[in-house]
Amino acid sequence: MERFVDTFFNGAVLIRYAPAILEGAAVTVLLSVLIVLSGVLLGGVLACLRAYRIRALSFIIVIYADVWRALPPLVLILLGFFGLPNVGMVLSSFMVLYLVLTLVLAAFAEEIIWAGITATPRGQWEAARSTGLSFTAALGHVVLPQAVRMVIPPLTNRAIAITKMTALGMVIGVPDILGQATTAQSFSANASPLTLAAITYVILFLPLVIASRWLEARFTPPGV
Amino acid sequence: MVDQFFNVGIMIKAWPLVIKGLGMTLLICVVVIPLGAIGSLLAALGALSPNRALRWASLAFIDLFRALPPLVLLIFIYAGLPFAGMSLTPFVAVIIGFFLNNTAYFAEIFRAGLLSVPKGQREAARSTGLTPAQTLIWVTLPQATRNVLPDLLSNVVEVVKLTSLASVVSLGEMLHAAGLVRSITYNASPLVLAAGLYLALLWPLIRLISRFERRLAH
Repeated sequence: MERFVDTFFNGAVLIRYAPAILEGAAVTVLLSVLIVLSGVLLGGVLACLRAYRIRALSFIIVIYADVWRALPPLVLILLGFFGLPNVGMVLSSFMVLYLVLTLVLAAFAEEIIWAGITATPRGQWEAARSTGLSFTAALGHVVLPQAVRMVIPPLTNRAIAITKMTALGMVIGVPDILGQATTAQSFSANASPLTLAAITYVILFLPLVIASRWLEARFTPPGV
Repeated sequence: MVDQFFNVGIMIKAWPLVIKGLGMTLLICVVVIPLGAIGSLLAALGALSPNRALRWASLAFIDLFRALPPLVLLIFIYAGLPFAGMSLTPFVAVIIGFFLNNTAYFAEIFRAGLLSVPKGQREAARSTGLTPAQTLIWVTLPQATRNVLPDLLSNVVEVVKLTSLASVVSLGEMLHAAGLVRSITYNASPLVLAAGLYLALLWPLIRLISRFERRLAH
């Protein structure tokens, strides 16, 4: 038992590395917020573009969404970090992580919001158009708000899953929570920084996980 | 550009190693998916049990492992436990970590599925003389599974993608093999090859899920 406490909850090690992990938490939170904002926005724009049903454009969007949903994010992160410099594009590890996860979230968000748009009853479109709204106005003011409301639960779940992937940044040296903790763990030869990292992630994400379950119960229409 | 990302010569050299890695990727899936399915069913039943303690314990388990990023869990198991004198091989660490993560995700899906089956179905089954276990196996579970089939399938896709994390603890799966050849050749083509194989593996599944989702929506 003593060995267990000494290994995973070593007070001296915890105190020593807590500031570094707190800094890591700031990086994780910043990245998560940026990724969710830009990913959902981009996904929403793509879903709206698809609503115009321009064949070539829709085809490109579908291919993009399929490919970015099928590839493991870690593969894309390694390609971005190790591959792009070979063709003269050197991005920081933070930037690579931000861009890859934003594009992954956008691919999922596009599919989810598009599903919401197609599930909006036709009558809503027709009623909006018959009052004189243009197609774009009907989409933006009538259909999209209903579509987004319908898909809030899956969108939240996906956004949480993808922000958790910021931990993958550790592999390319992003100083996020896990990055800081693995560095601290190898310096201190003790597992306590990892315990602290795990606790920090739980503190950050557990409320979101619980909130997502609540949203699911609240926003899922009966009978679906 | 073509030379850096689509170098056929390097891809041919990387091929045997990457294919061997693909075998490991598939092996992880074959072990983790059935284990996760069984574990998650138990956790989901626990989360819906009338017994308060069991319900709370199951929900706490599900939420805890949905909140922890899988890579954190994996590194904790692989790099943390040896300090306490428990050394695990990379394979065992990966299986334990993914099992916990995966069980929590599948459990949340099964929970939603079981909740979606109307109460009358269970009552009708019980009134015909089926035992609770028979009711679950023959009446509730098939309907629950059908209702959440797209979610279950997308989680299978997520598991296959998740296996790439095993490369971080140097388990020789596909991404690890591709990364190894990349670091020797200083060329990204092996990673592109691995990406292509992931696509070949998962694209059909993703198309299938989209079809299911559309059919259920109508």
